[in-house]
Amino acid sequence: MGSASSTLTQYDIEDVQEHCNNLFSQQEIVSLYKRFCQLDRTAKGFISADEFLSVPEFAVNPLSQRLLKMVDGLNFKDFVVFLSAFNPKASMPQKIELIFKVYDSDYNGKVTFKDIMEVLRDLSGSFMSDKQIEDVLIKVMQEAGYNKDSSLLLDDFVKILDHPGLKMEVEVPVD
Amino acid sequence: MWKEGSVASLVAIQTSVFWNEHQPPFRKRKDVYAGALKGCRNRYKQVCSLEIFQKVFSTGSLFWLQLLNATGWKMSKLKSSNLELDLDRPNIEDYLHTDSIQEPLGKLRLRDLLDISPTLREAGGAIVDDSFTRCFKSNPPEPWNWNVYLFPLWCLGVVVRYGILFPVRVLILTLGWIIFLSCYIPVHLLLKGHDKLRKRLERALVELICSFFVASWTGVVKYHGPRPCARPKQVFVANHTSMIDFIILEQMTAFAVIMQKHPGWVGLLQSTILESVGCIWFNRSESKDREIVARKLREHVEGPDNNPLLIFPEGTCVNNHYTVMFKKGAFELGSTVCPIAIKYNKIFVDAFWNSRKQSFTTHLLQLMTSWAVVCDVWYLEPQNMKPGETPIEFAERVRGIISARAGIKKVPWDGYLKYSRPSPKHRERKQQAFAESVLRRLEDK
Repeated sequence: MGSASSTLTQYDIEDVQEHCNNLFSQQEIVSLYKRFCQLDRTAKGFISADEFLSVPEFAVNPLSQRLLKMVDGLNFKDFVVFLSAFNPKASMPQKIELIFKVYDSDYNGKVTFKDIMEVLRDLSGSFMSDKQIEDVLIKVMQEAGYNKDSSLLLDDFVKILDHPGLKMEVEVPVD
Repeated sequence: MWKEGSVASLVAIQTSVFWNEHQPPFRKRKDVYAGALKGCRNRYKQVCSLEIFQKVFSTGSLFWLQLLNATGWKMSKLKSSNLELDLDRPNIEDYLHTDSIQEPLGKLRLRDLLDISPTLREAGGAIVDDSFTRCFKSNPPEPWNWNVYLFPLWCLGVVVRYGILFPVRVLILTLGWIIFLSCYIPVHLLLKGHDKLRKRLERALVELICSFFVASWTGVVKYHGPRPCARPKQVFVANHTSMIDFIILEQMTAFAVIMQKHPGWVGLLQSTILESVGCIWFNRSESKDREIVARKLREHVEGPDNNPLLIFPEGTCVNNHYTVMFKKGAFELGSTVCPIAIKYNKIFVDAFWNSRKQSFTTHLLQLMTSWAVVCDVWYLEPQNMKPGETPIEFAERVRGIISARAGIKKVPWDGYLKYSRPSPKHRERKQQAFAESVLRRLEDK
């Protein structure tokens, strides 16, 4: 699609729409493009980590570093695909897949005990000691039928997390 | 008689401004609908005419609002502003009330620990839209869906603005500078002994040159409220959209202002002419500067002969739809705070100076080639710190008064986040809330 400052034609929109399985409407894609161009201040065609961190709401998020690894350097098409997991119309497996990817930082398809501990450490900061996190995690994993050495796959995540209370919806503002 | 005249001029300006709003398609970026021309001609026509209809209708309704306002009728807010308000509310509450997130009851399970969806949702929401970046968004030029009859009229508008208005304005400004300098330099050099007289003359001359500046952009400024008077122990605070805020206020009263030292010709003006009005300089990047500046502020406020002090507590230019948090420096001087609210009418020109995108010279040139700069200035009731109020609470209260008067929204962010990252304590607050809820639920059996 070229650099971010290039045009967004009808063909481009339809291409992006296809790529994200028609989850976003054409107007939403136009809005997202405006937002992409707004964040990509130097018109490189992708948003750098620094530019993401210039959004204070994103920078104060405990999981910002993990998400940065996933969104850093994405072009617009992949940016929309990434955000499609937050669409209200996205399927539950798609949302859980995003959560899985956040945990699976080395992209080997498995989430180990250590991976979960690292995420919990990000979320709780200095307010929980490593020992406390480990104890809590061992306890709940045992209750769910896993132990310290088991590694969870995507199917396990779907089994654990699939419940109607899981809401991860972000509305794209359309002017 | 005056009202009819103003209505007539409003009609003239409104119609001509409708043209100004729309920029030429001589830009590299084609808009979406122009690209659709390649694919579906019918769709383009349908969309294009709908867009034009909406534009005309919305401009038309704004026009009626202006007209009725001018004739003294009260109008309720336009629907669009309500929509914007709803969009804003979720973001602010998310930030401010982190401890009001509903705590699911029950035993802690693996599912609850692994479920990071609320945090991810906040991050996703921040990527898609955030209240801080919105404060600094300048009005993007609308794509001009031009037809056969609109384009020539727009061209005529450009010719008038660049060919007639701009040279006249440059002429007025040059004239103003000549008059100003020919009076100021003698007064400054010759009346060294008679300080009181010199100060009075210099004040009048600064007000004069500011009036010339305002005339050079055809500034239509309506001042409401009692004019500021020079008394000790009082400071004036205002919301900040551009450096022209200072010029607009200065034309009415010669304030001493506290500003960031700028490079170039602006800096030259600052160090020569504004020095005589008693301005104070600071440097954003120097942290030690703060104590020195605080001391200078206090000294200025206490001096009975000094010009009234004007401070822009936001610390940075904001796009006049929002206010960012006020810095408490102006509110801990122990003096009365007189709020001033400034609101620009965006139809005429977007007066927001996006210092990241354009230099001040470009900004001035943009103003001088627009039709008019229309704004309202309200001088509001002086406020004192209530007993038991902290300076930060006082600052927030005054910000609330200014935002309410100008009809703009408040945002709980510090303006300096434009230049730096947020402090870790915001993240720590979230982390603490998470940790506490996990530990608490662990104990519930």
